[in-house]
Amino acid sequence: MQIYLPIAEVSVNVFLLLGLGGVIGILSGMFGVGGGFLLTPLLFMIGIPPAVAVATGANQTVASSFSGVLAHLKRRTVDLRMGTVLLIGGMVGAALGVQVFNLLRAVGQVDLLVNLCYVVFLGGIGALMFVESLNAIRKARRKGPAPRTVRRQRGWVHAMPLKMKFRTSGLFISVIPPALVGMLTGVLAAIMGVGGGFITVPAMIYLLGMPTKVVIGTSLFQIIFVTGFATILHATTNYTVDMVLAVMLLVGGVIGAQIGTRIGTRLKAEQLRILLAIMVLAVCGKLALDLLLRPEELYSIAVGSET
Amino acid sequence: MIRALAFLCALALPAGAEEIVADMSQDRIAISTDFDGSEILIFGAIKREEPQPDASQMAILVTVAGPREDVTVRRKERRFGIWVNTDAVDVSGAPSFYAVASTIPLSRALTPEEDERWRITAPRAILAPGMATMSRDDPAFLDALIRVRTDSRNYAIADDSVTLRDATLFSTEIDLPSDLTEGNYDTRIFLTRDGMVVDSYATSIFVQKVGLERWIYTLAHEQPLIYSFLSLFIAISAGWGASAVFRYIRS
Repeated sequence: MQIYLPIAEVSVNVFLLLGLGGVIGILSGMFGVGGGFLLTPLLFMIGIPPAVAVATGANQTVASSFSGVLAHLKRRTVDLRMGTVLLIGGMVGAALGVQVFNLLRAVGQVDLLVNLCYVVFLGGIGALMFVESLNAIRKARRKGPAPRTVRRQRGWVHAMPLKMKFRTSGLFISVIPPALVGMLTGVLAAIMGVGGGFITVPAMIYLLGMPTKVVIGTSLFQIIFVTGFATILHATTNYTVDMVLAVMLLVGGVIGAQIGTRIGTRLKAEQLRILLAIMVLAVCGKLALDLLLRPEELYSIAVGSET
Repeated sequence: MIRALAFLCALALPAGAEEIVADMSQDRIAISTDFDGSEILIFGAIKREEPQPDASQMAILVTVAGPREDVTVRRKERRFGIWVNTDAVDVSGAPSFYAVASTIPLSRALTPEEDERWRITAPRAILAPGMATMSRDDPAFLDALIRVRTDSRNYAIADDSVTLRDATLFSTEIDLPSDLTEGNYDTRIFLTRDGMVVDSYATSIFVQKVGLERWIYTLAHEQPLIYSFLSLFIAISAGWGASAVFRYIRS
């Protein structure tokens, strides 16, 4: 059964979209990630125009993050103040990102930029996760006592001006580092159509020193606004948000997330992480090959000449 | 007087005057939610006042051209080890869809002069003067435009795809892909003898999004802010709905 997507202007199999949403949902349920970083490249692969895939990916991320943040709000694991600082940075970043996106779209380099971003970030994060989880598995096998990791003093974060008290996180730090982290997520949300949780979560833990239990909720809180803002910007400047595509992916995603949560509880944390790492590296490898190998067709056509 | 006029007309027409009478299966295509491309049957007959001249070679050509739009053709080159877009040529007014079907190969069905005049083969149809211009005259880019669009089924050049019966009845099927641009699709039918156009017939097919597709597309382009809020509202309510439903199932 085919469905015609009014904005992407292509006809795609309904079950393919539902299945894709479902797979992403399973992954986000299993690993607690938004899944946008896998969704957008997969949409490219099934023939959705990149600009539509990125904008609709951002819209889709709003839904999955909203569902997640509700659970966290109930558990009071969202630092609203930190979230607000992050999201102000995020808005600025998203506005910047959409500008960069449009500029590069005009000169025909948007595919390159999106692909490069994916290869760099997926490659980096995937490799880190792979090594880290391999070490964890090895340690678990040895059954020795895990050596205590000594946390570095983050002197430079504390030395900055404009300090603010974040009660939920138990921190008294400058607003500049969180604002910068937020900005980076905003840029990524606009360019890659992802929530950027895979950047903010490690940054909040290692850079800002936030307690792990509030990190996921706060990250999700910020992601809703940043991806929401990116959706509005893409919709108003490029007209590239496809509502029908988003709804199809949502339906699959919502069901998949529940199945994923069940599978996730049966696997060990290290196994989960190594699986996720392998998947991230596989997507990264596919995108890298596209850039490195000689394409079969050297020419491409873009409708609308802007030069 | 009338007799004299009729005599003059008969003189003006070439010997064995032939006329195309044609119709098609539909002249209106609605892009609805389940639209997955369409097939149009174009058929007709050659009307003759007298027996057909038998010495000359006859051919029927059918062309369908979609609305013209501006496109940019880009070429990838290897830079710093990766393949990136470098050169670009703008083609303003290239048809979004173009199909040519004929009874015999185009090279035999049409002389280059007649092709120049009627703009039938793909390169000539794309670059019709007054309609399309290229920012730089580079045949490699024009060839690439035709090749890429042929691969994606947007351009179709099919010899022998018009069937002709008893040198009178003809029919052909034109495949329209699912990614059609809205607008008028100009349809032309030519009858040639020894490569010269004897008669032509023109009509058009109207393609339009309808229903939900029309509504979403119009809203997205005319009220983008409202559209984006609606998209977000759907996303947020789906997210909220999902968590509510599954909480209910679990409890």
